[in-house]
Amino acid sequence: MDERRITVTVNGERTTVDVEPRLLLAHLLREGLRLTGTHIGCDTTNCGACTVLYDGRPVKSCTMLAVQADGHEITTVEGLGIASELDPMQEGFKEEHGLQCGFCTSGMMLTATALLAENPNPTEEDIRWALSGNLCRCTGYQNIVKAVLWAAKKMRPPAAV
Amino acid sequence: MALDEIKIGGLGSSRKRVEDDRFIRGMGNYTDDFKLPNMLHMEILRSPIAHARIKSIDTSKAWEIPGVHMVMTGEMMATRNLAWMPTLSYDTQAVLATDKVRFQGQEVACVVADDPYIAKDGCEAIVVEYDPLPPIVNPRQAVAPGAPLIRDDKEGQNDNVIFRWEVGDKEGTDRAFAKADKISKLQLHYPRSHPSPIECCGSIADFNPSTGKLTVYMTTQAPHIIRIAVALVAELPEHMIRIIAPDIGGGFGNKVPVYPGYVCSILCSILLRRPVKWIEDKSGNLISTGFARDMYLNSELALSKDGKIQAVRFHADSDHGAFFSDAQPSKFKIGLLHSAFACYDIPYGHITAQGTYTNKAPGGVAYRCSFRVTEAMFFQERVIQAAAADLGMDAAEFRRRNLVKDEQFPHRTPFGFLLDSGQYARCLDVGLEAIGYQDFLRKQKEARARGRRLGIGISTMTEPLGAGNSREYDILGIKMFDSAELRVHPTGRAILRTGAKTQGQGHETTWAQIVSHELGIPAADVIVEEGDTDNTPFGMGTYASRSTPVAGAAVAMVSRKIRAKARKLAAHLLEVSEEDVEWELGRFYVRGAPDRGVSIQECAMAAYSNMPDGMEPGLENNAYYDPPNLTWPFAVYIVTVEVDEATGVWDVLRMVAVDDCGVRINPMIVEGQIMGGLTEAYAMANMQFMTYDAEGNCVGSNYMDYLLPTSWETPGFELHEVVTPCPHHPIGAKGVGECAAVGGPAAFVNAVMNALEDTGVRNIDMPLLPDRVWEAIKYRRDISGAPPVRTD
Repeated sequence: MDERRITVTVNGERTTVDVEPRLLLAHLLREGLRLTGTHIGCDTTNCGACTVLYDGRPVKSCTMLAVQADGHEITTVEGLGIASELDPMQEGFKEEHGLQCGFCTSGMMLTATALLAENPNPTEEDIRWALSGNLCRCTGYQNIVKAVLWAAKKMRPPAAV
Repeated sequence: MALDEIKIGGLGSSRKRVEDDRFIRGMGNYTDDFKLPNMLHMEILRSPIAHARIKSIDTSKAWEIPGVHMVMTGEMMATRNLAWMPTLSYDTQAVLATDKVRFQGQEVACVVADDPYIAKDGCEAIVVEYDPLPPIVNPRQAVAPGAPLIRDDKEGQNDNVIFRWEVGDKEGTDRAFAKADKISKLQLHYPRSHPSPIECCGSIADFNPSTGKLTVYMTTQAPHIIRIAVALVAELPEHMIRIIAPDIGGGFGNKVPVYPGYVCSILCSILLRRPVKWIEDKSGNLISTGFARDMYLNSELALSKDGKIQAVRFHADSDHGAFFSDAQPSKFKIGLLHSAFACYDIPYGHITAQGTYTNKAPGGVAYRCSFRVTEAMFFQERVIQAAAADLGMDAAEFRRRNLVKDEQFPHRTPFGFLLDSGQYARCLDVGLEAIGYQDFLRKQKEARARGRRLGIGISTMTEPLGAGNSREYDILGIKMFDSAELRVHPTGRAILRTGAKTQGQGHETTWAQIVSHELGIPAADVIVEEGDTDNTPFGMGTYASRSTPVAGAAVAMVSRKIRAKARKLAAHLLEVSEEDVEWELGRFYVRGAPDRGVSIQECAMAAYSNMPDGMEPGLENNAYYDPPNLTWPFAVYIVTVEVDEATGVWDVLRMVAVDDCGVRINPMIVEGQIMGGLTEAYAMANMQFMTYDAEGNCVGSNYMDYLLPTSWETPGFELHEVVTPCPHHPIGAKGVGECAAVGGPAAFVNAVMNALEDTGVRNIDMPLLPDRVWEAIKYRRDISGAPPVRTD
């Protein structure tokens, strides 16, 4: 099949690759770039395990074509922090026991990251609404909500006195 | 001085999870994350029809596609005697269909290609001609006169009945019913459901032609069982099979059975001499792999005027789909259904059950429960509520009057189970107090006067968790024990390996806590490994909440063996006799001279550098644990709801959970498990079910139709605890991972039914969808959830 040349910035790194037009973005990330922290759950845009940030907005990479990412910036879970230094969102998920099997966690953290970028002081209700496109079968969400609140608190600049 | 156990991450410490460090970085290793050199990809072609004879399969076009390496059909499997495989319930299941397809989604062919896209192209190029047959979608239809025979492949199978089974004292029960002041009856259906972990099933089979060794990376909750199953089915030597269960994206019972996809990937790898990866898509997972429940119940309680239950009698019809491949280890055909009513003091009981084939997916699994316990506890708590209403008694008081009392333990149930311990009345009190029971009843009355419908539902349950014992529980004849192996290195750091397999339960964190509790080695100094059959002791895996009761016990026992040897080393180092050595957490000291002591780490070093003459060097051991009995946690779940009469929508106002799972290893993880279970309970009561239309089409084949609750709908939970240590478990723990999913659904349904009590509606089958609730209120009638049948 004919391939198309695309240039994508993934976690800050510009990459040029040749892809089949039908290749899904999730597969480009996982197979082509070996960023396996992006998981594939449902193939129908429901579960959100494959959520990545597309120019800062959460998208479900299993129903988006790789060619649609041409010229855009993608952030995956691997871009959230490096091994020795954790993003507050990652810390929050560990501190508040916001994960069990870990399969939905990457997508959850990225969706929540986009939420906090837009709304640094979310209520529990804001968080529950923002995360309603990401399914978790293990936790019952209560601790995920707490994890996001934890991260929001940590990210906020200390209140002026 | 003894160590502070909480500080070193021992028992009772809410230690943060070790496994999180990789998951939050996206560095987990799930099956699909592995990419082996020269790896090919496999996809499965499934039947679009529920019941049909296969007239022909033409694969020629698929073979012509560049990049396709193999197109496999049932006929080709048959030449290797692999078209059918044995199931865990001593039936057979088609790997790839040869004669007929028996459910929608059944595996018909598979294609192996350079990448999954080409493999899917290959599947689309296969032409299958079907000759449709009438489909059967429920057990009543299955046994109706003239029903088509689903399993015409089986010699001597003349109808669609799989088994008939009974347990209990029929005569005593009948006598009690004859004398009853009141008989309460209820008919229920527990709908078919699917565990649906977010990660689907998959495998990478890697047959190495130079060594003859087969390595399979696989989404399995029970790698050792898979190894023995592959050895028996594929007739490969067991030592040349290595099963690796890497990180698993949720299991909930779905990843216990052997599925055709695994078998196909293994055979294709052997034939092609290259690694073959098969990763199921969500539809494949939902329509073909281990479903759960799907049971119809007719039940009766014999009651006396004073509100005591005299006897219970019920009949269950279960729908097993096209092949009897229940993944359950008990000797009882209908699993542990007879654990129903175990927490109540009832003198007599009799249960009958009948299992049938239908044209639906096979593979009944214990979805977040011991097998059939979820149905048992749901039926129990729904009937209890109906009986209380029939007697005009308060639902809490009726339970209190009938619950087993503290002084009655150990308590033998009418169906033969032995319950070891519990404080049932206390748990109920904690729950009622937390929800503000009397206050709510008052508010409910006031609200009703103003036209609002509030409801309160209680569920009190115990659940048999942690199979074995080995007398009554086995898989393919292998007894249900479990195992642990502990190696303490010279510096006092250790590696622990067990035969269980974590899928989110946090074993890497909690097993280390048990070692820490027994030996005083800080939990952070213990690494835990599971899932690789080459490197772990034989065990039966993780499901049915058995890890802590069985493998967890093995961890405690192996630690004690290590401590026994360390004691000898300590005596040697302290130059006293072993009898004069005392233990406190983390160190041995001389009796009467507490300052003279050695730490466990010093003993470890001595095991390699300074052992006494004649002592075998090293500090490692293993333990195989065969539990004397199941563990019986107890729980009380109370839900309050408001039902909107105009729309049938119901909202949860509050949910209170009181769990007594004995000693808690890691309270944070226990609470996480309970909240997860409560969410699945809410799901089943509210939206999550898998049904079929009259043609046998699966309604629920993807996440747009198979509804799972999101963060938006899921209510908040209020958790409470009571601790009654298990008397026969080495650290007093009981199973917990599943109680909430087992006992929770009835609390939600009872709450909604309570809100409707004045309508005369006795039952709405789960899930309580708004249209069902609306219809029940509007027309004052019960609502059945049984799939519709064709009437032509």
